[in-house]
Amino acid sequence: MTTNSMKEESVSLEDLAVQDKPDGPVAAAILAGGFGAFMLGLFTILAEASAGFKALTTLNEGVGGLSGKAVFTVIVWLAAWAGLHFALRTKHFDVSRALVIALVLVAIGVVTTIPPVFVMFAPAG
Amino acid sequence: MTLSNRETWTLVHGMIFGVIFLLGFAGGLEGLYSLRPQLLTAAGVRDRVRRLRIGVVAMAVAAWGTVITGTWVIYPWYREKGPESAKSVLVADPATSQWHSFGMEWKEHIAWISPILATVVAFIVVYYGVRLIKHERARRAALVLFILAFGLAAVAGGLGALITKTSPVL
Repeated sequence: MTTNSMKEESVSLEDLAVQDKPDGPVAAAILAGGFGAFMLGLFTILAEASAGFKALTTLNEGVGGLSGKAVFTVIVWLAAWAGLHFALRTKHFDVSRALVIALVLVAIGVVTTIPPVFVMFAPAG
Repeated sequence: MTLSNRETWTLVHGMIFGVIFLLGFAGGLEGLYSLRPQLLTAAGVRDRVRRLRIGVVAMAVAAWGTVITGTWVIYPWYREKGPESAKSVLVADPATSQWHSFGMEWKEHIAWISPILATVVAFIVVYYGVRLIKHERARRAALVLFILAFGLAAVAGGLGALITKTSPVL
């Protein structure tokens, strides 16, 4: 009987001998991930709209503009992650809310990297 | 039977990292889905989280390996200036030019979102460890991002496979 009732109980953090951690750093990572995806889309549009920015993103001749777009995206993603982590490291932040914000940012990032979309920002002529 | 330098790198990009990515996704998905306190004992949670860590970190590493080799090793061969490069062959024929103007142009960009999201998931699992069992929202968020990372990589990988079939980088 004791065995049966024990099986029905959920495992607790006491059972696992660990203390809980704040969820701020997890929310920070999720938000930063969404921001990184958004920035990739933004860099893609900027490279299409501006010849100057396109030249700036060509860090490697063989790879072309993708080299800078990828490197800049990773840099701003990591910088945003570090900043958000520092700001939220001891705080509570609703992870579901962070996920919704991140999903919206990822959706914008994905849509703005579709060729017919970012090509619309190319200069006329 | 021998492989050229380009064939070897294409194999590393698409098959080696691809297989690790798929295995990591399968293990990680099962681990994240089933990590529920009412289903496991304390020992079971520790064991499952240990395997889950390996799965999500492997998937993140494989995703980074795939985009880095794809962008900095294989892509320059694809877009070489000569008339025999894979890109030149595609754009020369109106029947295949959209494989470049849509397929490659989209693939080369969205592929970079996958490792970012996979890294976020790996961080969540490594940060919480066994505590993830008590953070249902974080577990669900990790699951959503994990599937999204896989989906984006699947789109990029699928387009890459079709482009390679039409005009291989060899």
